[in-house]
Amino acid sequence: MTHPIQNFHGGVHPEENKQVSTQSPIRVAPIPQQVFVPLRQHIGEPARPCVAVGDRVRKGQIIAKADGYISVAAHAPTSGTVTAIALHPVPHPSGLSDPCIHITADGKDEWIERIAVDYRTTNISTLRNHLRDMGIAGLGGAAFPTFIKLNPGAAGAVKTLLLNGGECEPWISCDDMTMRERAAEVLQGAAIMRCMLHADTVLAGIEDNKPEAIAAMREAARNCDFPVEIIVVPTLYPSGGAKQMIKLITGREVPSGGRSTDIGVATFNVGTAYAVHRAINHGEPLISRVVTVTGNVGRAQNFDALIGTPIQELLALAGDAPEPVTGYLMGGPMMGIELAQTEIPVVKATNCILVKSDRLFPPPPRALPCIRCTRCADACPAELQPQELYWHARSKNFDKAQDYQLFDCIECGCCSYVCPSHIPLVQYYRYAKSEISAREKEQQAADHARSRHESRLMRIEREQRERAEKLAMKAAVKTSDAPARPADDAKKAAIQAAIERAKIQQADNVNNHPSTK
Amino acid sequence: MLSSPYIREQSSVSVIMLKVMLALIPGIAAYVWYFGPAILISLGVASIAALIFEAAAVAMRGWPVRPVLMDGSALVTAWLLALSIPPIAPWWLTVAGVFFAIIVAKHLYGGLGNNIFNPAMVGYAVLIISFPVQMTHWPAPLALAGHHLNLADTAHFIFSDTLPAGEKIDAISSATPLDTLRTQLQLHRSVAAIEQMPIFGYFAGKGSETVALMFLLGGVYLWLTRIITWHIPLALLTALALVAAVFHFIDPQHYAGAWFHLVAGGTILGAFFIATDPISGATTPRGKLIFGAAIGLLIFLIREFGGYPDGVAFAVLLMNIAVPLIDAYTQPPVYGHKKVQK
Ligand code: SF4
Ligand code: SF4
Repeated sequence: MTHPIQNFHGGVHPEENKQVSTQSPIRVAPIPQQVFVPLRQHIGEPARPCVAVGDRVRKGQIIAKADGYISVAAHAPTSGTVTAIALHPVPHPSGLSDPCIHITADGKDEWIERIAVDYRTTNISTLRNHLRDMGIAGLGGAAFPTFIKLNPGAAGAVKTLLLNGGECEPWISCDDMTMRERAAEVLQGAAIMRCMLHADTVLAGIEDNKPEAIAAMREAARNCDFPVEIIVVPTLYPSGGAKQMIKLITGREVPSGGRSTDIGVATFNVGTAYAVHRAINHGEPLISRVVTVTGNVGRAQNFDALIGTPIQELLALAGDAPEPVTGYLMGGPMMGIELAQTEIPVVKATNCILVKSDRLFPPPPRALPCIRCTRCADACPAELQPQELYWHARSKNFDKAQDYQLFDCIECGCCSYVCPSHIPLVQYYRYAKSEISAREKEQQAADHARSRHESRLMRIEREQRERAEKLAMKAAVKTSDAPARPADDAKKAAIQAAIERAKIQQADNVNNHPSTK
Repeated sequence: MLSSPYIREQSSVSVIMLKVMLALIPGIAAYVWYFGPAILISLGVASIAALIFEAAAVAMRGWPVRPVLMDGSALVTAWLLALSIPPIAPWWLTVAGVFFAIIVAKHLYGGLGNNIFNPAMVGYAVLIISFPVQMTHWPAPLALAGHHLNLADTAHFIFSDTLPAGEKIDAISSATPLDTLRTQLQLHRSVAAIEQMPIFGYFAGKGSETVALMFLLGGVYLWLTRIITWHIPLALLTALALVAAVFHFIDPQHYAGAWFHLVAGGTILGAFFIATDPISGATTPRGKLIFGAAIGLLIFLIREFGGYPDGVAFAVLLMNIAVPLIDAYTQPPVYGHKKVQK
């Protein structure tokens, strides 16, 4: 299946700045004295701790179990002692703290027993549970539990396994370096996922600004026992967005509100493929990842860092900042989040630590009114009309904003990037989205309360009726031996069925809630 | 705390406005070459008036004055207005036009970005309705004028409405080709015969056709630098040319051809600089096509069947009203919402 590249709409060309962090190979960061492993590193329910303060843990030992369906486990990144299970600052836009397991390292780095699994002979549901217990979540930034995406569903539903090597955000190079140095392992991970999904085709999309990675992946693909096609896509932000990558390579669009599997494509970040390989073929849980440390630092570089490593340790390894530091970002300059402190640990989603200076990231000029120039619309990869969304979000006209498909906005930042009036557009969309979600939650709570109230009324009514019937029956029994009325049972069954239907519908609503997408 | 993105393209409203003004310069230069320096004076008067009105309006609303003046939008409005009215009109006429453009059309509607109507065209419309006589005193092409006014004499005329001794207004001014065509047609002359008159050049007015060509050059520059898209100008010019050609084909005695309409009056300036004003225009690609084509059609109708010398301003203003409707019905499909998918 060789497809001509189908460009997606819009996109922008920010300065890449990737070469600064690709000059030296990935360096294994030393074990920090203390690590902080957040329970919530993935999308979904936080993991539930299964160790106690004072316990000695070994490297790779499970310290928190997956809780609920959308969840994965967390592991001790090194051997040591659990010193606390308490709040600690985590990377989150709110800047709030979240429960973390604090471990003081003993420096021995003693592994648990690692058991490889033969994926060819193991059934898929065991493999999926294994990946969940190995803590594998998407390393591209969203950190969605990988095992959920590895559900083949109806046989043959997923035809194409797509490895995403787009990495389109400026400055970041962790996927680039992973492909350069670990291409063979990435494809071994792909082999596992291909087998689990029964996928026919394996494709890897890589932006054309990474010639070394393309060469390494091509070389590895030649040595593969299944066909892998390496597809070079033009460098254009956000080609690394899953929806954009799918459009580029297959020419098809993921339906709004759906998943890529709806059109038969499963997309995984290359780093995730590597992690799957380590988990299945080596029995190693996800306890480290490649992190780019770059920007206003002495020596920009990629580190193989343990999950839980405070970012200040990595910053120290990257050398003194040449310019006054004005802040830290996790992720790239287009979609990254500001970090309030440097005690914040590396988590599974940490692809990059970007140190800011006023020269590299000048503060935004004063915003002017929107002049409806539609440059934002020309740049929007979701093909939205950002100027309309802005207008309605600003005037708190949220219904209108939803009419203009606010929830299809991927918050890529292209619109803000090009706006000549320097309007922080994405900020307005985030605000509008959270307002709408909050209102929907309120609405749901209200609906829930109302339906409870209604069923209570129904119950009272039923009880009254039953009482009346009993009385009537008693009266009747006195006169004759009347049988119980079947009509009443039918009514009860109908009510029961209606309640069941309402329950199912409610569950569906929760699943379709935009914020969980 | 700030949120992403943390980088921005090097662009700003000021740069856009500056480029628009830059794109007008070739046309202005041709204007001076063919019609004398009057346009420079009226551009100056309009610019100063625009800055003063803008500063006053902004100060009254309690906004910082300097950054707003720096955005350059008031100057662009002033220039477009000055280029649409007779440059030898008295100074107060220009100032009155700018007043209506900046104070009424722009700031009473909420300032930059909120105006529904194209400010320059509002200014023009008010003037043509209120001062029809002054609005017909267009300078004659220098090649045909009985006498050349120098810069000082021109300034004197504009500011004090007096000509040097012995000069007559008729010697320095003339009707525009559009006016001439209209009045001569009423005298039952044929289009072909009228176009033999000295003020006509190859396509339309002598001199003014070159000015239009220079504006076209500037328009192409705006398109190349992606300040405007091709949709509105192309749709406008195509619609105008088509309808003009059809009428001309049916009745060549009474209807001038497509070329005349494309080059005469404010067509080119309107197509590339006025109808493309993003704030008061349609925003979606299909919407822009409809918006442009409708303006082209209206220009023709107003010129041929209306009572005003040119139709650009009223055509643009009429279509400004329709913009919300056009935009609402021409929303392009969003990613993932397209129906035809295989
Ligand atoms: S780019 Fe900015 S000014 Fe232009 S339409 Fe979009 S929001 Fe408005
Ligand atoms: S942030 Fe949203 S609206 Fe802006 S360009 Fe990206 S997808 Fe479009």
